[in-house]
Amino acid sequence: MSEAALETHGLCKSFGALTVASDIDFRLEAGARHALIGPNGAGKTTFVNLVTGALSPSRGRVWLAGEDVTALPQARRVKRGLARTFQINTLFRGLSVLENVALAIGERRGVAGELFRPAGRRSGVVEEAYAALERLGIAEDASRLVRELPYGRQRLVEIAVALGLEPKVLLLDEPAAGVPGTESGIIVETIEGLPAEIAVLIIEHDMDLVFRIARRITVLAQGSVLVEGSPEEIARDPRVREVYLGEREPA
Amino acid sequence: MTTVAEASRSAGASAIEALSRRHRLRLSEALPWVIALACFFAFPGYLALGTHILISILFALSLDLILGYGGIVTLGQAAFFGAGAYTAGILAVHGWTEPLTGLLAAGAVAALLGVVTGLILLRTEGLTLLMLTLVVAEMIREGANKADRWTGGADGLQGISIAPILGLFRFDLYRRTSYFYALAVLFLAWLAVRAIVHSPFGRSLTGIRESITRMHAIGSPVLRRLVTAYAIAAALSGIAGALLAQTEQFVSLEVLSFARSGAVVIMLILGGAGRLYGAFVGVPLYMLAQDQLAEQFPIYWSTGLGLLLIAVALGARGGVLDVWDAALGWLRRSHR
Amino acid sequence: MDAAFDSAISIAFHGLAFAMVLYLVSVGLSITMGLMGFVNLAHGAFAAIGGYIAITLMNQAQVPFPLALLITALAVGALGMVLERTLYSRLYGGTELNQVLFTIGLIFIATAVFRRIWGPLSLPLKPPGYLQGEVDLLFRSFPAYRSFLIAAGALMVTLLWLGLERTRFGAKVRAAVDNRRMAQSVGIDTSRLFTLTFALGSALAALGGAVGADILALDPDYALEHLVYFLIVVAVGGLGSIKGPFIAALALGTADIGFKYLLPQFGAFFIYAMTLAVLLWRPHGLFGRAR
Repeated sequence: MSEAALETHGLCKSFGALTVASDIDFRLEAGARHALIGPNGAGKTTFVNLVTGALSPSRGRVWLAGEDVTALPQARRVKRGLARTFQINTLFRGLSVLENVALAIGERRGVAGELFRPAGRRSGVVEEAYAALERLGIAEDASRLVRELPYGRQRLVEIAVALGLEPKVLLLDEPAAGVPGTESGIIVETIEGLPAEIAVLIIEHDMDLVFRIARRITVLAQGSVLVEGSPEEIARDPRVREVYLGEREPA
Repeated sequence: MTTVAEASRSAGASAIEALSRRHRLRLSEALPWVIALACFFAFPGYLALGTHILISILFALSLDLILGYGGIVTLGQAAFFGAGAYTAGILAVHGWTEPLTGLLAAGAVAALLGVVTGLILLRTEGLTLLMLTLVVAEMIREGANKADRWTGGADGLQGISIAPILGLFRFDLYRRTSYFYALAVLFLAWLAVRAIVHSPFGRSLTGIRESITRMHAIGSPVLRRLVTAYAIAAALSGIAGALLAQTEQFVSLEVLSFARSGAVVIMLILGGAGRLYGAFVGVPLYMLAQDQLAEQFPIYWSTGLGLLLIAVALGARGGVLDVWDAALGWLRRSHR
Repeated sequence: MDAAFDSAISIAFHGLAFAMVLYLVSVGLSITMGLMGFVNLAHGAFAAIGGYIAITLMNQAQVPFPLALLITALAVGALGMVLERTLYSRLYGGTELNQVLFTIGLIFIATAVFRRIWGPLSLPLKPPGYLQGEVDLLFRSFPAYRSFLIAAGALMVTLLWLGLERTRFGAKVRAAVDNRRMAQSVGIDTSRLFTLTFALGSALAALGGAVGADILALDPDYALEHLVYFLIVVAVGGLGSIKGPFIAALALGTADIGFKYLLPQFGAFFIYAMTLAVLLWRPHGLFGRAR
């Protein structure tokens, strides 16, 4: 069996008597386009936090490209190729868009800790950041401060920052959340345009997005995996409809 | 007539330019030094106050690194100031009267203290961190009080004599040597802090201030960066304290007090934190006002300061520099 | 041997009384900080205002003790409500630094006002006749007023605990302390809750400042002088908790008095060291919770 880009085994998390994740086995192949769906409170963001290391599991293991990273803190997992975006924009709001991405690129290149050379003279980081913005079509906002941008554009910056880390595994936590309908088309296109080698896991509520992008879907309910399969299988599965009772049904 | 592609390319080039050239020296940055030199000639009778102002600017500058750029709110920076002061003082009392090496020793001791306390404290955040900076500083002050064999306790450390700087410049009654000594040290420190602030390290400090969560999520070793910044700030604070000990030739427990920690935070914020020059603006304004007003009109001084702080907290977050920027912006716009 | 035992009882008694005063003043701070996440360094100023008002009512206007306390609590509660609505609420989402600056500014103003109106010397509290003198408890006699303080503290922690656990208001406060956003999404009007809770916290502080003026003397620098102790009680006890600050106040009060009796040289250092140790072990305090 080939090495998965990301794998978890028996991942559990409890806060006292409250169990938010129970026994999650998950596998993300290289180049995957995988979606994680489920009703509110199912534990999707918790799962992402467990995978990235923002939260430490009560039990279970996490592997990145075959390496057990369960004990590694967040920053070290990022160095091994794991990047994420947040459900709510988590950017350097007082800094420019260009600088936001430049910081990520600088960390990736290992030059971010240098004390005495001016950041501007670090050849390539700023140029690379600008190129990244161009690829996402937000280069015109390069000098603007993040907090001045409309929410939808900030969402794109969020993705640009994650891409600046050149991840092998990219976790997108509700990339279209909070984005007005008129702007979400760009988000979808951006995600569709992601490099094929990156393994992408998307958490989403927007079913149109999910069915456009995902080749595989995992359904989470009450902290554990309900079912996993291709989009067609998921769409037909009665259990999925039941769990979404009262919410919009999958198309 | 440029095409759209050309226009966007030049916009991109200018965006890259702006970020790449931010560290270049501007003419206006010579202003503080020109003013400092002018004051030497214009106010020869006030050089003691002038020296104290320069020393406090250095202290506030060191705080700016950790508070203005790093976003760490500390009410205990006096711990490092006092550590440096007592180190330089104790060395001098015991025969080591050479000032420059005394400065370096003070900086080293303060830096070590910064590393040790930083490793312990900077894992916490919010109120806990604030409390711990306060508590650690108070512990050090209590310790200094008890160790009166070394520090002179509540009576203060006396009998400090300092040899001439480089063997040439004696410390004189009019504080001429002191003033230039402090000015030179401040200048060197300013060069260092300016370089740090514009370096990738400095930019990552800003990132930590803006969003620690994001910094973790881009793989930044946050604790290591913070402890490094904390140690550098501590070293500079310690050097400022040592300057005070050497120029006043007296050290009292006041150098470790909560009042000093609080005052330096206030002075920096009033000037504008995170902008490198907030210390240069806030400290002279505060200390000159205090010199003129605090003794004669204590109630008005207290009330006025309180109102100013509230105004800054509610409106002018970036202090005087922010207000200055806003005024300039308004002027530019009204001249279009 | 008898003398040592007697000393121990004295220390415990006076430590307990001191602890109750610390608790009365600080519990309001714990609740408001836990609820609003607001670093209110000026909390001690509300206690001072309470003390000044109550003593002035009793001394100048011959208002009886219980009535003076009631008026003080209402007045300072109202003041707290006004300040919260007009000023504090603007800084809720703000940075910790701004909150620190704002509240230090308030302390400066309060200190100046106190000095202007009541002068620089401390204002003594004259307890009513029926609380003066000594009272016989168990095997020896104790100062009556301090006994009253201890009883008041114990009563207060019970009332607060009942109020928090058994009333709807308390349930809302607990919910909002636990998870503000979720509380809002189930329809709790958090901004009204904040205002009422802040008023309550200020009123409690005022009561603490008034009844406690016997132990924590009222002078213009009250807020700044005792700031570190109030913060220690709250930080060590845990934000948003009722019993946490109670335990912390007990520890701090008895340690402070104990050291003053036995080892006056080391008291402050020991207390700070213990605070450091506890906060490193439990950064959110003994009974606090990670948010």
